[in-house]
Amino acid sequence: MSNDKLTKIDSVKGTGCVVRGDDIDTDRIIPARFMKEITFDTMGEHAFEDARLQAKGQHPLDDERFAGAGILIVGQNFGCGSSREHAPQSLMRFGFNGFIGGSFAEIFFGNCTALGLPCVTLADEDLIKLMDSVELDPTQEITIDVAGNKVRCRAGDLEAGIPTGTRQQLLEGAWDATQVLLDAGDQIEKTAAALPY
Amino acid sequence: MTDRNARAKSLFEKVWDAHTVRELPSGQTQLLIGTHLIHEVTSPQAFAMLRELNVPVRFPDRTFATVDHIIPTDDQSRPFSDELAEAMMSELERNCRDHGITFFSPQSGTQGIVHVIGPELGLTQPGMTIACGDSHTATHGAFGAIAFGIGTSQVRDLLVSQSMAIAPLKVRRINVTGKLPPGVYAKDVILAIIRKLGVNGGVGYAYEYGGEVFDRMSMEERMTVCNMSIEGGARCGYVNPDQTTVDYLRGRRFVPDDENFAAKAEGWLELASDDGCHYDDVVTIDASMIEPSVTWGIHPGHNLGVSEAIPTPNTVPDDERVGVEEALEYMDFVAGASIAGTPIDVAFIGSCTNGRISDLREAAKVAKTGHVKDGVRALVVPGSRAVQKQAEDEGLPEIFRAAGFDWREPGCSMCLAMNPDKLKGREVCASSSNRNFKGRQGSPSGRTLLMSPAMVAAAAIAGEVTDVRNVG
Ligand code: SF4
Repeated sequence: MSNDKLTKIDSVKGTGCVVRGDDIDTDRIIPARFMKEITFDTMGEHAFEDARLQAKGQHPLDDERFAGAGILIVGQNFGCGSSREHAPQSLMRFGFNGFIGGSFAEIFFGNCTALGLPCVTLADEDLIKLMDSVELDPTQEITIDVAGNKVRCRAGDLEAGIPTGTRQQLLEGAWDATQVLLDAGDQIEKTAAALPY
Repeated sequence: MTDRNARAKSLFEKVWDAHTVRELPSGQTQLLIGTHLIHEVTSPQAFAMLRELNVPVRFPDRTFATVDHIIPTDDQSRPFSDELAEAMMSELERNCRDHGITFFSPQSGTQGIVHVIGPELGLTQPGMTIACGDSHTATHGAFGAIAFGIGTSQVRDLLVSQSMAIAPLKVRRINVTGKLPPGVYAKDVILAIIRKLGVNGGVGYAYEYGGEVFDRMSMEERMTVCNMSIEGGARCGYVNPDQTTVDYLRGRRFVPDDENFAAKAEGWLELASDDGCHYDDVVTIDASMIEPSVTWGIHPGHNLGVSEAIPTPNTVPDDERVGVEEALEYMDFVAGASIAGTPIDVAFIGSCTNGRISDLREAAKVAKTGHVKDGVRALVVPGSRAVQKQAEDEGLPEIFRAAGFDWREPGCSMCLAMNPDKLKGREVCASSSNRNFKGRQGSPSGRTLLMSPAMVAAAAIAGEVTDVRNVG
């Protein structure tokens, strides 16, 4: 396989935004009514919309100190619920390029990987350390070091969990199914030409 | 050692092998999809991703579009009154124009539900791989095609690479032997199969349907069965091509009846599974045991013969108990009560499962025997323009109207209610569609009873679930 067109993701850097709480489902991330759309373009505008309305400006996504954050830090079982691809799309379009959490729902995790958004997990005490540290100093740069299996931040270098297969996909740039398929090159045309229709 | 190529193969293996581009490091196969069908709901985001990637559609000639889900069935003039529906329609028109994709528009006289028009136009042929961003794509398997429903990312992958990554499937042969009793239809056959094997029983499988019942079935009946393969958890379902398949396809728009036809037909027949080929599982069902069937719960596996009683939680296997309790609570039905006699508010005849001409003919026969009960809303929605036209030529709309049914323009309509045809509140709907999930027909608390079109017509007239064998 030629890797020249593939984007390899060995690390993601950015400031952080902390959304505390467990079992945050995809309906909360992007309420269903915003899915009646012909593009994903507007999904970013509606990230956590109902939760933000209910929080009356107090939601972390509206907190000025977290403005411009590239990494979302969350609790356990983040992204549970439906399989909608709209959920990671909305967070990506809001500006997040990576996720650090206690754990992630399986389909959400898969959808993120397919978009090249790493989701890594931390042990409970490390996660709390990171959340506290980022809330104290939101300007610090955080690195999700996929290659090194670490989350690097002011609180130290924390041991990050990421399944070997996924890590491999990100490092080799093979997370993008479309690119992997395109790599077949004219073998696609050859297969098509051999068909009796 | 036996030569692998010389051994007997199933149709599934033959088609799979012919379409394999390569094996991927992930263990999946990169499978070429010969025919890609698209519609307005799941394609716009895929085209948007294409624009972001700045790549063209790789095989516009292998891509075909129709509009079905959001189209109104009363007034189809443009712009549609629902702005969002109009936006989706315009977007599809634009994408087809920009990329040189054939669009079977309402004006063309060929529009209809994607799984109705594919076969009608002869686009669907034996030995093809077909995919569509729609879960009922298995319908096309009736022709001995391998047809998959896919998600929006895969629609994008198909647009740019005409292929998708998919793990090989096992094949389960399902024989339905003997003869169907009178009043028992293809819909009852698939409901019986799902009841026996479960809604997840087909996970990891392609279903190959065969046996005397399938040998005798028309193409339309085979489509009804294949259509609901997904409701049994199977990734796809198919019937081996035979003379019935060939006769159906001869002369259709994309199958010219010329000097090449005989050779083509011969090639199709050779695709049928070889005698003695390997199946991962074989299941046999005796047709004489199948009754006209009705769903009573919240998934298609919750079905029973019309003479049976609604199950009680303490008589079902342990792993089904919670589901049965939840279903009874949602449906507000009494455990142990007879399903016959359940009052209905709405009757819907249509959908890609049962919106074809033979379905409408069977329903019309029943409609002739009476009048829709006071207080019941009944609508008949042909699956395509061609079905609509054929029905008009045969005088079916007059029969339906005289019996108190509403005769509509073609579309998906109340199958999933993305257009204005919706249930209200707790209404109970006798429906010829394929899903009885909570809220499926447009009301979050609406209730759906799946059954054959003839059974729906009978229920409309009686105002309650009734045995079609006693009608007329
Ligand atoms: S009729 Fe129903 S199941 Fe068939 S394509 Fe339309 S919405 Fe889907």
